[in-house]
Amino acid sequence: MGKVIVVTSGKGGVGKTTSTAALGAALAQRNEKVAVVDFDVGLRNLDLVMGAERRVVYDLVNVINGDAKLPQALIRDKRLDTLFLLPASQTRDKDALTEEGVERVIGELKKYFDWVICDSPAGIEKGATLAMRHADVAVVVTNPEVSSVRDSDRIIGMLDSKTLKAENGERMEKHLLLTRYDSVRAERGDMLKVDDVLEILSIPLLGIIPESTDVLKASNLGAPVTLSDARSAPAQAYFEAARRLAGEIVPVTVPGEKRGIFGKLFGRKAA
Amino acid sequence: MTKVLTDARSIRIKGRSFLAVVLSPDLPLDQWLERLDDLAARSAGFFLDRPVVLDVSELSIKKAELKQLIDDLAARKVRIMGIEGARPSQLTPEMPPAMKGGKPASDVEVTAQEPETEAEADVAATVSPAPQRQEAPQVRAIPQSLTIDEPVRSGQSIIFPEGDITIVGSVASGAEVIAGGSIHIYGTLRGRAMAGSIGNSNARIFCRRLEAELIAIDGIYKMAEDMDSSLRGHAVQLSLEGETIMADVLF
Ligand SMILES: Nc1ncnc2c1ncn2[C@@H]1O[C@H](COP(=O)(O)OP(=O)(O)O)[C@@H](O)[C@H]1O
Ligand SMILES: [Mg+2]
Repeated sequence: MGKVIVVTSGKGGVGKTTSTAALGAALAQRNEKVAVVDFDVGLRNLDLVMGAERRVVYDLVNVINGDAKLPQALIRDKRLDTLFLLPASQTRDKDALTEEGVERVIGELKKYFDWVICDSPAGIEKGATLAMRHADVAVVVTNPEVSSVRDSDRIIGMLDSKTLKAENGERMEKHLLLTRYDSVRAERGDMLKVDDVLEILSIPLLGIIPESTDVLKASNLGAPVTLSDARSAPAQAYFEAARRLAGEIVPVTVPGEKRGIFGKLFGRKAA
Repeated sequence: MTKVLTDARSIRIKGRSFLAVVLSPDLPLDQWLERLDDLAARSAGFFLDRPVVLDVSELSIKKAELKQLIDDLAARKVRIMGIEGARPSQLTPEMPPAMKGGKPASDVEVTAQEPETEAEADVAATVSPAPQRQEAPQVRAIPQSLTIDEPVRSGQSIIFPEGDITIVGSVASGAEVIAGGSIHIYGTLRGRAMAGSIGNSNARIFCRRLEAELIAIDGIYKMAEDMDSSLRGHAVQLSLEGETIMADVLF
């Protein structure tokens, strides 16, 4: 059975879709079968970032409604044959998603893929809650600024209460992906520091993705940055994050700084 | 060092509990309304000027039906002050607010005006109230405490009127902790903390780092911008002296 990851944030424009595509392509390059799923019904984007917009025939809503079978809706990446996209519908809205429908589709995807990565819409409404509902692992995408951090905090609270895992009394595994990190602005003190974000959110750090024009270039080319420009700084950071997701222990480096941070250890001793 | 945090003219926000009549309708609603009419006919004015709470926890009805029920009650001059046990999907902003945490009280006698000929009316006037004050001599209650082992996230509220709250973690901006007793936060307080919320001027707030948006003790409150900025970032103990919140930096 594959692992289901939700890429979520609360706030829009922080890099969820970029990260879904980049992590998906990075994991697929490890020869693991990956499906990226666009939950942003009505505002689909993932197909563009993946460069598959002209190949969309059926979408998530069609599969939920039974108009199409899952294999008919899945689009195989032209460059990586282990990478697939399940696009969102652009013409419908989030009410077209049903709890049972999503459960069935995710259940089916888990059988065929090692990783099912769900790109969540912004907000805390139905689309976002359904995207996180069946996840095993959450990647919380946050920019180093207060409103993004607070929205992520809110989302973490929902991950711990509104998901199936939470309702079954289990703990959702949560990781922080700090994106659009600008070392020059961090140096000037215009952005929250990594340590501050970690202290506020207190979940483990999956990686820090630098702010970079390479990301925009990649999305204009219609390719995840880990495919179009694997040597670039953001791609390298995404590759490392993907290795951590897969369970490898790789120290995190803060862009612009030499030292690595190993996160905080909350040790516990018998008194 | 002790600093004065409040000026003399602070606004008091207090918690207070009231007794309300609780109506718990059952299905089918038209029959229940009939029984209610029967009760009302025999005890004119029973619901007038009484706070009435509608308990729908046992009732599986849709939003539209709930709205109809509220209208039907309004037509009978029963004004609902709050709704207990509703699912969020049943409520609209126009409806009375959702209420929770109600505590049972003794049932209310509905005194009939006429001799009860059909006294079998088991009209579940399930009711509770009787606006009597609870001033029975209280045996010293065992102090209660609630311990939360995780950070309190933005948007969450921890409410514990029974006693003290201890949080092993931080309280986020946009989160709130409301205790009948004291509040202990082993982390950063960025959101709101309201201690002694149902009237306890001895309650205190402790936190390892003060970055609060709002603090209150026994209804005396203070917003972030009114707090002495030199307290920010410090481990602080807050307590009430008269009508003034005092702050001590702990280490
Ligand atoms: N590391 C980065 N550096 C520069 N631009 C970025 C980076 N990550 C995302 N962006 C840009 O930010 C915008 C929003 O990203 P997107 O992934 O669509 O966010 P979301 O899905 O959270 O709304 C896009 O224009 C994207 O190209
Ligand atoms: Mg997006």
